[in-house]
Amino acid sequence: MRCRQVIDKISEYIDGELDPELVRELERHLEHCEDCRIVVDTTHKTVEIFYHTEPAGLPDDVRQRLNGMFTQRFRKEEPH
Amino acid sequence: MPTHLDNEQCIVAAAQAGDSDAFITLLNQYSRHIYRLGLSVTGNHQDAEDVLQEASLNAYRAIAEFQGNSRFYTWLVRIAVNVALGKLRQRALWKESSLDEPREGEDDSYLPMEIESWGDDPEEACLHNELQQILAEVIQKLDSKSRIIFTLRDVEKFTIEETAKLLGLSIPAVKTRLLRSRLKLREELTKYFGKDARNAMPTGHR
Repeated sequence: MRCRQVIDKISEYIDGELDPELVRELERHLEHCEDCRIVVDTTHKTVEIFYHTEPAGLPDDVRQRLNGMFTQRFRKEEPH
Repeated sequence: MPTHLDNEQCIVAAAQAGDSDAFITLLNQYSRHIYRLGLSVTGNHQDAEDVLQEASLNAYRAIAEFQGNSRFYTWLVRIAVNVALGKLRQRALWKESSLDEPREGEDDSYLPMEIESWGDDPEEACLHNELQQILAEVIQKLDSKSRIIFTLRDVEKFTIEETAKLLGLSIPAVKTRLLRSRLKLREELTKYFGKDARNAMPTGHR
């Protein structure tokens, strides 16, 4: 396997969706290619960072306006 | 993907029967995820708030039609995606056509340029909210279609198949875009976290 093929297979490799035979070929390549090793490792870390970062809480003013919108709506719908 | 509420089916049923508190409970569970989705797709807080408000209102109006074939969250995201795509269409940033899909070997611009291992564990190297700001900044370097694909797959944790379905795109198109997005983001994050990138933190984040 060449560097270009490793790059094209990175996503599937990281997601564990690569055919086992290709995994072996890719890992054989990584044993002797430091550049690809770095790219695979840092791509994996990139995915992990986004994957594990929880969203911030909803900003207070956004939450207030959202709740306000529904409060008004519910009030209108109440039977008179 | 956020965890669902313990008794979510009951809460959804109550909301469908007109219980407004039940609907608000559902909304409170997922609103920050919908807001983050809107923010990463549209790139600005005003549009993100519009996406959240419109999607919430559309969900409220249509909740009686929710069949329970998917998680409530997936249903809500589908609504939010439609609203967000509407925003992108208004700005002419989204085309349904797949003619603009990159083809294998057609474009090498996604190939790695920055080959540099990362120093400390990025999640420990900076504060949580600093990291969130860095991630929010780098994701905006992607084009709009890549951004929404990456957000659904790698941030909101939908599968490739679900992502393709939510966006009406083919699985190969999603895979190609996802690969390129991940490599592009790796490239951008290397500027922050690469061993020689200690000074690359954005202003105010050293």
